[in-house]
Amino acid sequence: MNESDFILKAEGIYKSYRMGATKVEVLKGVDLGVKKGEYVAIVGASGSGKSTLLHILGALDRPDKGVVAFAGRDLSRYGSGELNRFRNKMVGFVFQFYHLLDELSVLENVFLPTMVSKSVLAWLIGRRRARKRARELLEQLGLVERANHKPYQLSGGERQRVAIGRALMNEPSVLLADEPTGNLDSATGNGILNAFEKLNQAGQTIVMVSHDERVAKRAGRIVTLADGKIRRT
Amino acid sequence: MYKLILAIRYLYKRRIAYFAVLAVALCVFIVVVVMTVMTGLVSDFRQKNHRFAGDCVVGTESLVGFAYYEDFVKILEQEDVIESVSAVIKSYALVSPEGTERNVGVEIMGVEPVSHSKATGFGQTLYHHRNDVSKAFEPAYEPNLIGCVIGIDLVLSRDAKGRYSYDSDPTGLGLVVSCFPLTARGALAKVSTGLVNTKTFYYSDTSHSGLARVDSSMIYLPFDQAQMLCGMDGPVKRASAIHIKFKPDVKLQAGCERVSSLWRSFRQEADQKHADLLEKVTVQSWKDYRRAFIAAMEKEQTMMTAMFVLVGITTVFIVFVVSYMIISHKSKDIGILKSIGVSNTNAMLLFLGFSFLVGSLGSIIGVVGGWRFLVHINEIEGWLYDKFGYQPLWDRTIYAIDDIPNTIDLKVLGVIILSAIAACLAGALLPCRLAAKQKPVETLQVSQL
Repeated sequence: MNESDFILKAEGIYKSYRMGATKVEVLKGVDLGVKKGEYVAIVGASGSGKSTLLHILGALDRPDKGVVAFAGRDLSRYGSGELNRFRNKMVGFVFQFYHLLDELSVLENVFLPTMVSKSVLAWLIGRRRARKRARELLEQLGLVERANHKPYQLSGGERQRVAIGRALMNEPSVLLADEPTGNLDSATGNGILNAFEKLNQAGQTIVMVSHDERVAKRAGRIVTLADGKIRRT
Repeated sequence: MYKLILAIRYLYKRRIAYFAVLAVALCVFIVVVVMTVMTGLVSDFRQKNHRFAGDCVVGTESLVGFAYYEDFVKILEQEDVIESVSAVIKSYALVSPEGTERNVGVEIMGVEPVSHSKATGFGQTLYHHRNDVSKAFEPAYEPNLIGCVIGIDLVLSRDAKGRYSYDSDPTGLGLVVSCFPLTARGALAKVSTGLVNTKTFYYSDTSHSGLARVDSSMIYLPFDQAQMLCGMDGPVKRASAIHIKFKPDVKLQAGCERVSSLWRSFRQEADQKHADLLEKVTVQSWKDYRRAFIAAMEKEQTMMTAMFVLVGITTVFIVFVVSYMIISHKSKDIGILKSIGVSNTNAMLLFLGFSFLVGSLGSIIGVVGGWRFLVHINEIEGWLYDKFGYQPLWDRTIYAIDDIPNTIDLKVLGVIILSAIAACLAGALLPCRLAAKQKPVETLQVSQL
């Protein structure tokens, strides 16, 4: 397989944490490649390092050893400004607990990544377009009626859809989802997975972490993480 | 833009932020009120001293005075930088109300009222002759008598609201003034003929300089009469000081340097017979001349400022605690923001912006509150006195002020506002740095929620 086929590629990833006097080795040489347009699910038991791997893939954390390359370029060579731009434009995160800002409305939460990436002047010039894009996303996610509500006024499923809208706002190359249905009932979770499928069909690359095999089966490829290593793909 | 929006939302959605704003507002309120009153008192006191002394004083502390003052006055009058000049006699005397055995020690100042009013603010301190100072020493009830102007606190007293009752104006009061005349060498001039010079002067006016010590111990006499009483009217006439007023465009220091230079030349050319009498003469600006009095008040102001630095430190601490609490509570938000590409610097700026808003809002509330309070401070004090007989700040029977100073100095206000904002930013700096250093994976972990 050609190197350029992978949009995201991790090689020999090691990561350990210190818990008191004990050093816990979470990842022990993980290799993973994600192709453009792929829908990959990473499964594993609780504490197997799935979320850690996802955070490393999205540059929220650094590996102790190993290389993560985005579109062929090593993330460790990115400067801090480039890393911020990478997190802002190239990847979009969806977390298990939604992680919306309570002080902002649904619409504001969705267009926040665009607002973050612009200066005051650029924002004032481009805000109409950003609001329009955010409204379109909310419409696709069935939340346009909730645009002016605050996150605490929404159900869990609605909040997760807002989080997906926020993750997609800047049209990222890769959507990284950490247990996106972990906090939802099965019907609501299904709705989220349907949304992911639709996005993937439209060409969106998705890497999803889940401990639930049934959820993972909705993805195009399943990767199992056990004892800090990829066991099967 | 998001920083501004979030900082504003954090401010009005977090009740603890209201306490921070309130704490800043209270500190600013206290500082504005006390600094305005204190600055007003100092500024008023300086103004009164300036008015009393003129711009520059050439003189000696010696009771003997100095010679050739008339020649030097002529030189000064020809100078471009000088607007007016007034020679004065200063000494001490015993004063007895006519027909009584009582006597009291006072300071006397012999002045020529017109020139002295031009060189100093003497004319403005008079009550009856303010508009015609030339007749300051002519008692209205008997112009042929030799008058004297009496320091107001020697003859009238204030009521609790600080007003003098001119109804008890001592019309017709005669004062027997006795001085010990001195020779040019400082010896008693009348050893063989009874030691003292005595003359009776009649009350013609009061002088209210606003300087407690002056108003309670000074009697102004006609210049030639005072010169005679002090024995300074010999063949070589002497005076105690020359008060000088500079033209409006002349800077104080430049004017004083010019007068110093003139005095040095004058002293070198003066008659050597009385050269020693000129040695102890100094040229001082009004600030130096009245330094002993002004310095005490300025020291009080400095001490007050130092105390407000402590108030400022308290504000810093309050803002530190509030910022720390808010940032601790908002660590999840920091993680979220960083996960969507917000830099460490911008995370720090967001919370610094929040502290800036706390400082600005607190300052505005404090300044507006302080300003409203100051506008009505005298009414409030008057109301408290009328209602409860309570004068919380300055008892006018003791303090030489008419009203509590309440003129707001915009410069002082600006400094207070900037200091409050700076204190808030300083208080927030450490928590903001902690916010910037937070790792998103740590704050977004399930265990951290």
